[in-house]
Amino acid sequence: MTGKLAIEARGLVKRFDGFTAVDGVDLSVPQGAIYGILGPNGAGKTTTLRMLLGIIDPDAGVRRVLGAENPQDVARLIGYLPEERGLYPAMKAYEAIAFLGALRGVPLAEGRRRGKELLEEHGLGYAIDRQIRQLSKGMAQQVQLLGTLVHNPRLVVFDEPFSGLDALNQGRLERMIRGLAAKGTTVIFSTHVIAHAERLCDEVAIIAGGKVPFAGSVDVARDRIPAQVRLETRSVEGPWRAALPADARREGQYWNFSLPETGIEPLLRALIAGEAGILSLSIERAGLHDAFVAIAGEAAAKALTEEEQR
Amino acid sequence: MSDTISSGGRLSTLAAAFVVARRDFVASLWSRSFFFFLLGPLFPVLVGGLAGSVGNKVEQASAQPVIGIIMQARDADAMMDAAASLSPHLAGALPELVVVQRLSPGETADPNAALKSGMGAAQAKDRNLAAIVSGSPRAPVLTGTAGAIDQWQGPVSLLSAKALGAGPSSFPPVALSATASSTAHEQHGRLLTAQSAQLMLFLLTMMLAGMVLSNLVEEKGNKIIEVLAAAIPMDAVFFGKLFAMLAVSLVGIAVWGSVGAAIMWAGGRTLHELAEPAVGWPLFFALGVIYFAMAYLLLGSLFLSIGSLATTVREVQMMSMPVTMAQLLLMFFATYAMTQPGSKIELAASVFPLSSPYAMMARAAVNADIWPHLAALGWQGLCVVLFVRGGARLFRARVMKSGPSGAAKPKRKQPG
Repeated sequence: MTGKLAIEARGLVKRFDGFTAVDGVDLSVPQGAIYGILGPNGAGKTTTLRMLLGIIDPDAGVRRVLGAENPQDVARLIGYLPEERGLYPAMKAYEAIAFLGALRGVPLAEGRRRGKELLEEHGLGYAIDRQIRQLSKGMAQQVQLLGTLVHNPRLVVFDEPFSGLDALNQGRLERMIRGLAAKGTTVIFSTHVIAHAERLCDEVAIIAGGKVPFAGSVDVARDRIPAQVRLETRSVEGPWRAALPADARREGQYWNFSLPETGIEPLLRALIAGEAGILSLSIERAGLHDAFVAIAGEAAAKALTEEEQR
Repeated sequence: MSDTISSGGRLSTLAAAFVVARRDFVASLWSRSFFFFLLGPLFPVLVGGLAGSVGNKVEQASAQPVIGIIMQARDADAMMDAAASLSPHLAGALPELVVVQRLSPGETADPNAALKSGMGAAQAKDRNLAAIVSGSPRAPVLTGTAGAIDQWQGPVSLLSAKALGAGPSSFPPVALSATASSTAHEQHGRLLTAQSAQLMLFLLTMMLAGMVLSNLVEEKGNKIIEVLAAAIPMDAVFFGKLFAMLAVSLVGIAVWGSVGAAIMWAGGRTLHELAEPAVGWPLFFALGVIYFAMAYLLLGSLFLSIGSLATTVREVQMMSMPVTMAQLLLMFFATYAMTQPGSKIELAASVFPLSSPYAMMARAAVNADIWPHLAALGWQGLCVVLFVRGGARLFRARVMKSGPSGAAKPKRKQPG
């Protein structure tokens, strides 16, 4: 295992009552990266994160987090926001942050001071002395998020951080994640929303049915499927048709097909020589969603789409 | 945000437990449930007081039988005079007499009917008429149930003799020499002290264990448990919760103790009026606090384990009921063992972790040896650690078993 990885996991397996929730997961999360774990509900995301955090132990496999084989040995360097948010309802906002800091070794007085600072910095100064039960769900979520960061962790783990946030707060969170990464903090988050992963992540792991069929950079994931060519011609028939790849299909006045392995130039030459009369031609790189479909399969993609719509 | 980077490692179990305990202690102290916790002991006192008052009335009505007299007027008066004359010397041994009917010469009456109907003189109404003496002092007839006849024939005979002028005419004065206690009295008193201590220990423990269980269920409801589990060892969460509630209870005990002492002081009562425990009052109190802590920690850790298995408050109540009943049985077991000093039963009650604090508390009242307490406390402490470790392991395995909804899901769902 290399020292440049914040997290490295090999062959993680977790079973519950005979059901295999995670089945041989391998992950390599570079230090300072924004890393997404992408998959539908029930895919094994939360269980994987819990194993990486040492909340539960794997039945098989090894993990190394910030250089430690037992993640709890470096708990003070990690921040964690679980999917199920929860704070003590009677606590004041700044005290809640201080308590979360105290769990990670920040002295209480220091935590209170930082809690107030963080709330002010993030536009929640008016909520400093309010009890959690007096805050809206979204605000309470932000307080917990700040509590996750109060001890300046080197690794931050978010489980479905965008769920429950409105568009405005989702944007804020995206900026916050980028800001953390810019300071060298490694951010790993799970999501079932492909757009967030596509916008934010340097690398992703696609997880489905407890397995990770793909882990790597978003670009590599996209490159798993060839770019799509969209061609519009003046001529409908002619010798140029023989130059089109076998998967070419006509939709209206357009031809759609995968970019040939030989590239676009030989095709262009053949189309021109065959007098196709090119009106327009575009090459679109595959999106992460297409890559997800290709990698995880139609069923997983359908489940993911349904969750996104919910 | 400050740029300081936290140092590596994690909080020690002790430090982490302190963080949890501090939060729980402050939150509990300012909660409404603590107010009710403080009021808690008032209810048994009130109920006990009411029950005692009602009991006294019932006892007055039923436990002080009177003997009715149906005789010629002159004989009835002679019997009453005899009773008045003997009562100062034989207090408690003589029944209270009441004239049910003064007969005129030649008049007769049926004692059976008078006994059954309770009819008779005004002063006999609403009284517990146990028997009727009829006939005359020379030939008294005692009518009543077999038990009443057996009990009262001697005193009635004595009264009749006195009424005839045949009883003792003088009573030599008896010099009185009162002792503080006898061996039997002291032993009885100590057993009572032991029993009271056991009962108090049990009530306090049950009340607190219930509170710590509610606290854990609330924690699961607040969904903060995963944050705790990710940051600190689960053992620390358990220890923190247990010790926070213990500290809360010690505040409660201090309040109750102060109030109790003030009431005793105001009433001019002292502990010297009670049978002194074998180990002496100071050590007895100290052991009481320690055994209370042990009993609570043992039961509390057991309840926390139950909390880990349950998903709702209702489930917790259902699952904790058998444990509560079992604990009641164990208390009875310890109480019974107290009456069998030196037996295998006493040894078993002292060794079994959940009955050990009660059994040893009772032992402190009747036996002055100190070393068994040291051994028992060591053993109980070890059991607390084992219980907490086991409970924490179970908790981690159960609570973090499934995905987004954790264990709180109504239906089984694949982990996420």
